Amino acid sequence: MSVIEVSELRKSYGGRRAVDGVSFTVEEGEIFGVLGPNGAGKTTTVECVEGLRVPDSGRVRVTGLDPVADHARVAQVLGAQLQQTELQPKLTVREALEMYASFYPRPADWRPLAERLGLAARLTTRFARLSGGQKQRLFIALALVGAPRVVVLDELTTGLDPRARRDTWELIEDVRAGGVTVLLVTHFMEEAQRLCDRIAVVDQGRVAALDTPAGLIRRSAGATVISFTPSAPLDDDDLTGLPGLASIERKDGRITLSGTDDTVNSVITLLARHRVTAHQLRVVDATLDDAFLDLTKETTA
Amino acid sequence: MNTAVLRTEFRLFRREPGAVFWIFLFPTLLLAILGSIPSFREADKSLGGLRPVDAYAPIAVLIALIMSGVQSLPQALTGHRERGVLRRMRLTPVRPSALLGAQMAVQGGVALGSALLALTVGRLAFGVTLPGQPAGYLLALLLAVAAALALGAVVSAVSRTTKIAGAIGTAVFFPMMFCAGVWLPVQEMPHTLARVVGLTPFGAAARALNEAAAGDWPGWGHLGVLAAWTVLLTAGAARWFRWE
Repeated sequence: MSVIEVSELRKSYGGRRAVDGVSFTVEEGEIFGVLGPNGAGKTTTVECVEGLRVPDSGRVRVTGLDPVADHARVAQVLGAQLQQTELQPKLTVREALEMYASFYPRPADWRPLAERLGLAARLTTRFARLSGGQKQRLFIALALVGAPRVVVLDELTTGLDPRARRDTWELIEDVRAGGVTVLLVTHFMEEAQRLCDRIAVVDQGRVAALDTPAGLIRRSAGATVISFTPSAPLDDDDLTGLPGLASIERKDGRITLSGTDDTVNSVITLLARHRVTAHQLRVVDATLDDAFLDLTKETTA
Repeated sequence: MNTAVLRTEFRLFRREPGAVFWIFLFPTLLLAILGSIPSFREADKSLGGLRPVDAYAPIAVLIALIMSGVQSLPQALTGHRERGVLRRMRLTPVRPSALLGAQMAVQGGVALGSALLALTVGRLAFGVTLPGQPAGYLLALLLAVAAALALGAVVSAVSRTTKIAGAIGTAVFFPMMFCAGVWLPVQEMPHTLARVVGLTPFGAAARALNEAAAGDWPGWGHLGVLAAWTVLLTAGAARWFRWE
């Protein structure tokens, strides 16, 4: 069953199209990523899912309900973490958790949640005295405290140190293991690759690609990266003729090629034919980073 | 009304020493200072035989309302909006209006508590007679609280930031204090001025409270002015208020 359904969503601000025909569905228990450059329309899209914004046109459903018309019912099943919000400065962590838990009919126990997010020692600290990372973790806790069926996380780990980031990723995986559906907005490739089952790459208000992280990498030109330092100079003509080649880069005598598996085989044949040894030969899969840049390059160039 | 929000907002109110002092303690303190001046405890012909300290008891009550409605409430509401607290609340089953309601209940409740404290201290320390017409006094007081909160809500609605709310609040504060009779009790004002002041919310409130204190039923004209202001200001606040 689709937990989140977005079809042909459009939203403009003062004539500028922020979201221009976005469609995707998120299945139950899935971690779905929305990835894209700044200003691509990611936040507007999820705000329509949360019911904070009214779409100009298109259809949005969360567990079959309209987030605007059925806001009260959607709010019971959807937890969310927003960008750039604060709490009352003199409210303590414990008071915030207790109050938000009381808003829901069947809340989660906030104590283990606080423990898990490293807030247990900060329960009596006022919001204004928390560090940026602690505030962020408190907002993640508040998104989960209602024991939601769907959780929307916008820039989940921004402002967290690497340790806290990894802990948060584990927490999100645990949350999903409990059957919760996660909609994750991010511009961290590592985060998307690690967590997401599927990713919608959003660019200029449209979905540029929608696939699994591996699928996105595979479908982009240059899914395989070959790099080596040749023992003798190689001709550019020989290299550009390689099948499936997407790009060539030369730096300090080292050659980096991106292409397909065919490219790898042909390079090895080419080197053998010219009796050139490839020092420090490395063949690696391209990362989501490379795929992302490839998918969004036409529009940014 | 959500009790958890109400409890939280009350707790947060107590953590603002400035608001606690000006709303809850200052009116009583002012009454105590004035009551400590010997000449203020002697009957005054221009006040219709009342002692100045008696005349100042309703004024002290109104100061609490003005402080909470015009100064404290807009700061709290615009602050909540500026920080995105209202926006965050929209994502929960409890709507942000619960926060608005809780703030008004806290501010109004504390102002009423302050009024009670001022009357009690006035009675015990300076022999200020308790209102002769308690039901009328209470009615006038509740209407005045409603008008003060509605005025505060309008200030919050038209102010985009806490800084603007502070500026507008202060600009409204002094005329309101004047109308309540802080510098010159309404009974002592020249006739024309008194009539004009009687059309303002706190001028009308002062007249109604004075009448009820003296044992008469407060004039329906004054109560009507208060009710009309409350309706008008509430409509304005509802029209202009923005959650974000």
